[in-house]
Amino acid sequence: MGCVSVRDVAQTAQALADLTEISSQIQSAVAFDREGTVVASTVDDEQAGRLASIALELLKTAEEHGAAGKELAQLDVALQDGSVFVVRDGDRLIVATTTPEPTAGLVFYDLKSALRGLAEPETPKPKPRRTPAKRAAPRKKKDAGS
Amino acid sequence: MRGRNFLTGFLLAAGSAVGTVLYRRRAARRRERVQLYFGDGSMISLTEGSPEAERLLGHARKLLAAARS
Repeated sequence: MGCVSVRDVAQTAQALADLTEISSQIQSAVAFDREGTVVASTVDDEQAGRLASIALELLKTAEEHGAAGKELAQLDVALQDGSVFVVRDGDRLIVATTTPEPTAGLVFYDLKSALRGLAEPETPKPKPRRTPAKRAAPRKKKDAGS
Repeated sequence: MRGRNFLTGFLLAAGSAVGTVLYRRRAARRRERVQLYFGDGSMISLTEGSPEAERLLGHARKLLAAARS
């Protein structure tokens, strides 16, 4: 089992907390990278690290089944007492556990959305610039004679 | 009388056929399996019993247990 470091978990935990709020089927979720660094999770740091390292092992084993040049995008494992989902977006990954017999399509959709949300850097919204109000040019009086 | 017997037989046969389909569908859903989706849109499904699936199922069981501990 590889060593897993935990970084900035608290800041981005909200993104995954929203995920479990949206989907009642998702019980826990951990976002991490290919090195096993946890980015965000719905569980405590120690548990998140453990889940990330097992998920990496699962992913590496799964990748052995793909032909050369084929990149594994996502996987789901259905077990008697729940399911495990792993979704990949570049170097970022997310693993989630669900209740038994979940709606796989919905879970994949929610996980992809969460992963995309985590990938987007938080940039402060630019303040709207105040432009000085243009003064209306004084209207020229039309010559009555013309 | 003959028509009634035919109808009863037909309903029994149809009912058991529907029951069998539903039972098999439910049993198939409850079977443990792994589905791998690749970037090119292809998918591999591995069901319990195959040696390839067992390794993946083992990791997934460990993961589920760790998540619930």
